[in-house]
Amino acid sequence: MILAVASGKGGTGKTTIAVNLARTLGSPVQVADCDVEEPNAHLFLPGTLREQHIISTMVPEIDAAKCDCCGECGRFCQYHAIAAVKPVPMVFAELCHGCGGCVLVCPKQAVSEAERRIGVVETVDAGDITLVQGRLDVGVSLVPPLIRAVKSRLAADRPAILDAPPGTSCSVVATLRGAQYVLLVTEPTPFGLHDLTLAVDLVRELKLPFGVVVNRAGSGDDRGQAYCREQGIPILAEIPDDRRIAEAYSRGELMVDALPDYRTVFTRLWQSIRTGI
Amino acid sequence: MKIAFTTSGDQLSSPLDSRFGRAPKFLVYDLEAETFSVIDNQQNLNAAQGAGIQSATTVAQSGAQALVTGHCGPKAFQVLRSAGVKVYNCDAPTVTEALQRYLSGKLPEAESSNVEGHWV
Repeated sequence: MILAVASGKGGTGKTTIAVNLARTLGSPVQVADCDVEEPNAHLFLPGTLREQHIISTMVPEIDAAKCDCCGECGRFCQYHAIAAVKPVPMVFAELCHGCGGCVLVCPKQAVSEAERRIGVVETVDAGDITLVQGRLDVGVSLVPPLIRAVKSRLAADRPAILDAPPGTSCSVVATLRGAQYVLLVTEPTPFGLHDLTLAVDLVRELKLPFGVVVNRAGSGDDRGQAYCREQGIPILAEIPDDRRIAEAYSRGELMVDALPDYRTVFTRLWQSIRTGI
Repeated sequence: MKIAFTTSGDQLSSPLDSRFGRAPKFLVYDLEAETFSVIDNQQNLNAAQGAGIQSATTVAQSGAQALVTGHCGPKAFQVLRSAGVKVYNCDAPTVTEALQRYLSGKLPEAESSNVEGHWV
């Protein structure tokens, strides 16, 4: 089973839900930290680093001896990563999305590809939980290929929980593709509700089954719950606004370890997810 | 020799646009013939990224050897320099006045970009 945890708004508690769900399962499970720009699941899942792989994308290199500066490569590139100016076209590797089209359209076979490192994927053993996390290199803005690399390291023989980046852009789409169920985590604030509606639009567009978890319930208003009722969206769990949860979090502890009372919230959540799938 | 100006209009009296990468149009003035042509940059105005690079390519391909504009970022400047296009930063209100300042020799040639890039 592949479960994704997403949110729209950042800081609603995606990672909290993901890691506590993993701990509560009680059998081998994988957590994929797909928030490769700022992975944080490792803070709650200390373990032993088993593997580290460098991830690269392909970027063009132009052979000045073969190039006659016809400009086909620059015209083809939708991301303006090649400036086809005389005497030799210039490549801006940081803008390249690695499609390889420039190689195909060059009539002089002057364009070849070279690897450009974008980050690493690490596998950490933390008891029953296997954490796979991506870490994007500083200065790199191309996120989806690294997320796909994280997902490709997941084993098919056990469940996986995908901790998505916030927002509703390409990186979230790259995370959600292939998921069987999506949990949308929200908070009872105007921002929480606003961004929840964007996230709902996204998962509907992707035609994925989904449900909502309200975190810090009781700290604001209940407009989020009202919205879910109107839209016919199931609210699968509500985590109360409990200072003890924040204190455990600040120490890097899992809620279900520090406050065993909350285990039932997560075991019930698992049941609801299985029903939803 | 041809000089490119960034502008939002079609005439010499049109405003000089302070943006380079996302300028709506380029007015390319031919000093010898005392004529000009206008290149539309509308498509680039809405580019997700690389507007400066594409605009620099467009200006270089127009045959202009100099560019008079408000601001120019690092990637665009790199492309222009590589293509042999000299850059002049200017805050004149119109293309005509920018042309006069260029002809009077009052505009110093830019040695680097004068604004930050938007990406990376």
